[in-house]
Amino acid sequence: MTDSYDQLPEKPRPQPSTENQPYWDGLREHRLLVQRCANCNKLRHYPRPMCDACYAMDYTWQEIDGRGTVHSWATSHHPFHHSFKREVPYVTVTADLESGVRLQAPLVGSDETALALGLRVIVDYADVDASLSLPCLRLES
Amino acid sequence: MFNLRDKAAVTGVGETRYARDSEKSQLALTLEASLNAIVDAGLDPKEIDGVIPYAAGGIVAEDFITNFGLPDLRYSALTPMGGASPVAALQSAAMAVATGVANHVLVALGRGSISGGRITSRLAEMPQMRLVSEFEMPLGTNAPAQFYAHMARRHMELYGTTYEQFGEIAVTCRQNAVLNERAMMRKPMTLADHQNSRMIADPFRLFDCSLESAGAAAVVVTSAERAKDLRHRPILIGGVAEGHPESPSAITQRPDLTRFGIASAAPIAFAMADVTHADIDVAEIYDCFTFVVLCQLEDMGFCAKGEGGEFIANGRIRPGGELPINTHGGLLSEAHIAGMNHIVELVRQLRGDCGERQVDGAEIGLVTGFGDLGDGSIAIMHR
Repeated sequence: MTDSYDQLPEKPRPQPSTENQPYWDGLREHRLLVQRCANCNKLRHYPRPMCDACYAMDYTWQEIDGRGTVHSWATSHHPFHHSFKREVPYVTVTADLESGVRLQAPLVGSDETALALGLRVIVDYADVDASLSLPCLRLES
Repeated sequence: MFNLRDKAAVTGVGETRYARDSEKSQLALTLEASLNAIVDAGLDPKEIDGVIPYAAGGIVAEDFITNFGLPDLRYSALTPMGGASPVAALQSAAMAVATGVANHVLVALGRGSISGGRITSRLAEMPQMRLVSEFEMPLGTNAPAQFYAHMARRHMELYGTTYEQFGEIAVTCRQNAVLNERAMMRKPMTLADHQNSRMIADPFRLFDCSLESAGAAAVVVTSAERAKDLRHRPILIGGVAEGHPESPSAITQRPDLTRFGIASAAPIAFAMADVTHADIDVAEIYDCFTFVVLCQLEDMGFCAKGEGGEFIANGRIRPGGELPINTHGGLLSEAHIAGMNHIVELVRQLRGDCGERQVDGAEIGLVTGFGDLGDGSIAIMHR
């Protein structure tokens, strides 16, 4: 469906680097991958070169469980990036995943009135196009 | 141990007109405010031998050498901490003049026309926003109101902080702006006006958000010794410090969303200045959003974590209250000059030059900075 009177700009896209490409590749396969320090096993997110616990620079990618709990949230009413104009109002949730890292992602399937700290959420995936999938979160039923 | 207590003074302050937009370039505005600050100090521009420009402004020390014809610039630095930059720059300037590396350090900050670039595109290109840009902007978290809404919501849910308590901060700033002829927003605001303003990024309404402004402000920092010979009574820097939160470049991954970098800096500044919270007569607190003021009051130890909402009640932060804040109107109602206007206002309050909005008997004051997702800075000054 086209909307000729109001052409919106493209949404911002990640610009994957060699360091974080596996994270984005994982999302394409609907898997959540985070870095695991090859020396001390500490998980870290967002991807970066060094472990802040032992300073090792070698790491592997580990698939983690998509379940967690609500840490906080925000509801955007103003589309600061014009490309989100048709989505407002939309909710983004900060979630504590059971593996210990956090994830921020849009809430799907509920609105903000259903939210409270500590509620159980689970990661889901939204396919944007052939080369990009993004995480989202839904309340666990 | 060597510390900076009373080793440096702010000797000159200056600014331009503040407005929503300007036909002048950012550099022209910055130079205009700088010249005003230098003249206010009773100096000739060619006596400036240190410069700290605003890191996010794209203006460099060379611009000052070129335009003022500075013959002998010995010190230049940047303090890239967003809205925490100006107060952090006071620390760097104080270090430079206390050690004799420079005699007079100019700290200047200008913001040009907003038509040149909207906030989302500006932010996406900043190196300190790399993680947010890569992992959060594609999801619809594109601007500070959205970044900080997650911190504010967590605070509300944990401690019962309310929209009305945020409103008290907005109304307080406006009450002060009404008395300030330089302020952009001078129409009185009630709590109902705040509550009726449109939602931007819940829990932030329009009146919880700071202004977009064009303008510039600047200060001159001089050693306490040399300051005695200048035009104004010196305003001494008693204590100054900067602090950085955990996970500084991604709020999402920060262990405690309700603790800013200023929590580490404040105890250093208070100890250095050897003053207590009760000694503070006036506080100019960085206010990009109302919640950010409340959280800094807690992080500085004016009250316990979670008690900020109650602390600001009953007129405590209003004009004539126990701890008057943002006497110029702040970023919320005077102008968004990234907090350089907060330093200028504190110096004027401590000089006793604020006319109708002067805090009676203001002798010791505090100014803070906050920026780049949680960096903090604080200076305690006295006359």
